[in-house]
Amino acid sequence: MKLHIDWTACDGRGTCTELIPEVLAQDPWGYPLPVDGSRQPEVPPDLESFTRRAVAYCPRLALRLR
Amino acid sequence: MTAVATPLLGAADWLSEPLPWQGRRLIGSLERAGLTGRGGAGFPTWRKVAAVAVGHRPVVIGNGAEGEPASAKDRTLLTTVPHLVLDGLQLAAEAVGAVDCYLYLPGPVTGHITRAMAERAGRDRFAVTLVPAPDTFIAGEESAVIAAVAGGRALPTDKVGLVVESGLRGRPTLVQNVETLARMALIARYGPDLFRGHGGFLSTVSGAVVAPGVYEAPQGIPIGHLLELAGGPATALAAVLVGGYHGTWLPIADAVSAPMSAAGLAPFGATPGAGVLYALPTALCGLVETARITDYLAQQSAKQCGPCRNGLPAMADTLRRLADRERDGRLPDHVARLAALVANRGACHHPDGVVRMVRSAMRVFATEIDAHLAGRCSTMEGR
Repeated sequence: MKLHIDWTACDGRGTCTELIPEVLAQDPWGYPLPVDGSRQPEVPPDLESFTRRAVAYCPRLALRLR
Repeated sequence: MTAVATPLLGAADWLSEPLPWQGRRLIGSLERAGLTGRGGAGFPTWRKVAAVAVGHRPVVIGNGAEGEPASAKDRTLLTTVPHLVLDGLQLAAEAVGAVDCYLYLPGPVTGHITRAMAERAGRDRFAVTLVPAPDTFIAGEESAVIAAVAGGRALPTDKVGLVVESGLRGRPTLVQNVETLARMALIARYGPDLFRGHGGFLSTVSGAVVAPGVYEAPQGIPIGHLLELAGGPATALAAVLVGGYHGTWLPIADAVSAPMSAAGLAPFGATPGAGVLYALPTALCGLVETARITDYLAQQSAKQCGPCRNGLPAMADTLRRLADRERDGRLPDHVARLAALVANRGACHHPDGVVRMVRSAMRVFATEIDAHLAGRCSTMEGR
């Protein structure tokens, strides 16, 4: 599955980058930075449950799995 | 080489000819004609029209916003041949079976269109609602257009689906640039075959040419010929910015023979965009110009998305230091790092467009960068 980031909602709280650092690093301003460099990073199956948690815990509701 | 079979500009009074209504048959004509969108993205028009036509209660929006400072072709079209644009809007609405029809326009041309709409009373089948477009760079971005037509601010929104399926208030929506609409009207009137292979495009040529302005030429015309249409270089040229502020710098030696078409510019990593050319004279420093344009684009960020809001001003500041000949050898790497940070990270493609332009500047003005880092500038030689 792919992870979609709503950049208009995200304000760089950092919850996601702590939960799934394999998928999202942090940029110098605190915003999520897809490790694979893509617009919608691919989520490996073994990280799907952690990613679902990141989606649910995002205080800005800026993430969705699709 | 400069002949266009069915020109838009300098053409007759379209109002005296009946509207060539043809329903969905227009979609096949658009495919055969090979018409692509003239707002900048260059997407095949027929695909968008066909996708919207199968939806429930579709909407058509003519997009006349032209935030690009180096472009004037849309406002030229709207003020000189408003009826051709309005005919195209009617035909597009008919082709998709539109329920609602809008025309999104910058303030200065609204008077022309209001007058034209009064002149054509009784000609149209679809009522057109005019919506004002603010004078910002991103006002014409598709999701910003839809937001504005919905009554909100003209700001890009997060994209979760396709606008052709779910656009204005969740309805299938066709957003089409006004030049594309005018071309559609010509294709409906004269058939697709005249357009195919001889299709024209409007180009705004500015900078160091004798007669800056809007010109019409066949697709694939060498950029050098297009500069000649604008009276030729006013002085020795160093480079051409192709495709506008989101475009690509080409050194003049490459530019003169490069064909102005998607296929012809692909080897240079460029696209025709909305047909914009900006000619840089040797007397102006490419790095100073790039810093100026980047600064403008950073200010024009909607400032909704973190990477764009933070990254573009940082990139503009770094380029300014490079342009000012600050002797810090880390500056080019810093530009490259910032470009990688903002690319692909935003609700719209504004950051990506800035990155394309800046990366091309770093390639094309590489010698100038070395000179600047040594405290010199080519434009100051011999002074």
